[in-house]
Amino acid sequence: MDDLAAFRAEMRAWLDINCPEEMRDGQVTEETICWGGKRWKFTSDAQRIWLDRMAAKGWTVPSWPEAYGGGGLSRAQDKILKEEMARINARSPLESFGIWMLGPALLHFGTHEQKLEYLPPIARGEVRWCQGYSEPGAGSDLASVQTKAEIDSDHYLVNGQKVWTSYADKADWIFALVRTDKDAPKHKGISFILIDMSTEGVSTRPIRLISGKSPFCETFFDNVRTPRHQRVGDENRGWDVAKYLLTHEREMISGGGGGLLGGRPVGAVLAEMAHGLDTADRRAAAMECEVDSLAMALTLERYKDQAETQPIGDASAMLKYYGTELNKRRHELMMEGGGSDALAWDGHDGLPSDWLRTKANSIEGGTSEVMLSIISRRVLELPG
Amino acid sequence: MTSLQKTEDEVMLADAARSFLDDAAPIGHLRKMRDECRTYDAELWSQMAELGWTGVLVPESAGGSDMGHAAAGILAEEMGKTLVSSPFLSTAVMAATALRQVADDRASDALRKIAEGQVIYALAVDETSKHEPDAAELAATPDGNGFRLSGTKTFACDGMAADRLLVLAKTDEGLTLFDLPANRDGINRDPMDLIDSRDAARITFEDVAATGDDVLGQVDDAMTVLKPALEAGQAALAAEMAGLAAGALDMTVGYLKERKQFGVPIGAFQALQHRAAHLWCEAEVTASAITNAGRMLDENAAEATLAVSLAKARATKTAELAVKEGVQMHGGIGMTDAYDMGFYMKRARVAAEWLGDYGYHAGKVAALRGF
Ligand SMILES: Cc1cc2nc3c(=O)[nH]c(=O)nc-3n(C[C@H](O)[C@H](O)[C@H](O)COP(=O)(O)OP(=O)(O)OC[C@H]3O[C@@H](n4cnc5c(N)ncnc54)[C@H](O)[C@@H]3O)c2cc1C
Repeated sequence: MDDLAAFRAEMRAWLDINCPEEMRDGQVTEETICWGGKRWKFTSDAQRIWLDRMAAKGWTVPSWPEAYGGGGLSRAQDKILKEEMARINARSPLESFGIWMLGPALLHFGTHEQKLEYLPPIARGEVRWCQGYSEPGAGSDLASVQTKAEIDSDHYLVNGQKVWTSYADKADWIFALVRTDKDAPKHKGISFILIDMSTEGVSTRPIRLISGKSPFCETFFDNVRTPRHQRVGDENRGWDVAKYLLTHEREMISGGGGGLLGGRPVGAVLAEMAHGLDTADRRAAAMECEVDSLAMALTLERYKDQAETQPIGDASAMLKYYGTELNKRRHELMMEGGGSDALAWDGHDGLPSDWLRTKANSIEGGTSEVMLSIISRRVLELPG
Repeated sequence: MTSLQKTEDEVMLADAARSFLDDAAPIGHLRKMRDECRTYDAELWSQMAELGWTGVLVPESAGGSDMGHAAAGILAEEMGKTLVSSPFLSTAVMAATALRQVADDRASDALRKIAEGQVIYALAVDETSKHEPDAAELAATPDGNGFRLSGTKTFACDGMAADRLLVLAKTDEGLTLFDLPANRDGINRDPMDLIDSRDAARITFEDVAATGDDVLGQVDDAMTVLKPALEAGQAALAAEMAGLAAGALDMTVGYLKERKQFGVPIGAFQALQHRAAHLWCEAEVTASAITNAGRMLDENAAEATLAVSLAKARATKTAELAVKEGVQMHGGIGMTDAYDMGFYMKRARVAAEWLGDYGYHAGKVAALRGF
């Protein structure tokens, strides 16, 4: 038996004993995801136990170094973990912006002290993070952020407003882009800082989405004092950190492109609907969706393989663009297949709400238009 | 055929409708009703009656304004621009057209009530998730001199507000259309809570008694009455969707001029310009199909199927594109409930399914074109 086979056997045995029955239903919905954080209320004992056991092994963040709460797994081992979890339909023990966005940025740009301070609580699901990038005047033109951070001896004094901050009302900390030099060219006067949401002067106001849910907020900073050592990367060089983090965010969002949660083909979902597949045009559309989804899933894997040796960089724009457009297409198709049954809010397990939510996929984390611009300028090197 | 351009009278009708609706039912009106959990506004309906809109297809002899299908389409289009929610299509267009196919006193009484705004009708036709009138299964079994109706209907738009229901049922030798009071014993209605915040019901019929007098038209021959009604509704719904697309396009073009990023209005980016221009082209092509359907229904209703299905198929695609582009080109704000674009997206989806989806109508077009 080679090393990997031994690893797989060991992993399988461990999961068999340690993954609670209730966590083996393959569920990944807004209701069943474990986001963690200081104020997190576990939906069941099983959810808490599953998180604790996986975190103890470092397998909530399998590829992070062990020193920072990770599992220190190689890419090959990480794949085996995913496969073995999928085999028993295990839920993911923990999802968070800390895992997907801040963690990778800290691993790359943070000091050893920062990594020690912030990464393990992310790995254990103890601290929940949100992302303070967008502002009313800075969306696609992110580098024009105006929220300012003025130096006040060993602190920053932060004033301004963020918008569309997902889960700001539930998060413990925020990573934010702030302007530390208003006279420099716009990309050169930004810093990336970490702010405790319980600091005096931080407030949030929820915004309701067209899907009826309220996952995002306006976030206000009113004379918020933040220690300067909570800056990641050099002062006025925050744009580098911001961009690097965005490539990871885009990779995360593109995850939905590989297929429906739970891995079912969209055609199988349609087949269960009363008239889901009974016309040639919907059948053809479902087939095309399936072909594209399988190829996209492989592409996501291929880029992860590549990331072993070199960062994905600008190609993350392709994953984000293609993955989100595909996910929207798939949901359109399910809505059509569901017909009038899928027009009631409670129809098909809340499909209408999911469908409306997918419309944001091609906006959040950088719009499809911005992704296409990145590809044309940086990958194809077109002028402009 | 009359010109495919709007006549002077039609332009005036559209202008008058617009100024009334901007005041009485701007989009904030639908939002307010949604927030108050209401799906029907009696006051708006009686205003529509005063304007002669509820009697748009009612003969003058029965107190109607008898303006015709093209005019009904113009009203529906203006309603679509601000997502006006009312039983106009169910009652003033479809029920009125059905009743007009029957020349008896009872039908003209009912038509008079429609013109006066005194009655609301809903069609109870669909039984599954797709529109398929020919496949209706709700059973009307002979019982003495009458019938007993048992079965379920779904997606009966305006079904909760309705005083009367046009119920499609299966009889011995075919399909029969019944005109029943909605509160007759054995009829149970449940609201569907649709994404477009409008009225629709699921209706169960448990051994509901009906007499020969309740039959609209002839037993076993529903389609003589129902087909013209459905086609009138499909054409008017297509017009509403064209209005919806125009409303969404308008809002989007306005935003492209106003929202600045990278120091310029986002409408300066060619990537967006071309897509907005493309959407406008689609809307223009659809507009011709809408007007054509109204003209055909007014001038040669027996031959209007192709024109009607063409209009509904086109309008479905155009409205869908308009709302997708609408949300995308607005960025984050387009995803918020506080902004109106989401209302357009939700209504476009419901309207796409109502009275036959794209595949249903494109299929009819294909069949009538001989393939
Ligand atoms: C559900 C959701 C969750 C989000 N969560 C977060 C979060 O947690 N934290 C955070 O910071 N932000 C978050 N965002 C914000 C998101 O990143 C922005 O909405 C996005 O970057 C677009 O910015 P904007 O909304 O200002 O749109 P705008 O930038 O105003 O764009 C409007 C339209 O113009 C287009 N456009 C702009 N510039 C160009 C150009 N040069 N060429 C062609 N087209 C262009 C855009 O593509 C878009 O179609 C979230 C957004 C959504 C919808």
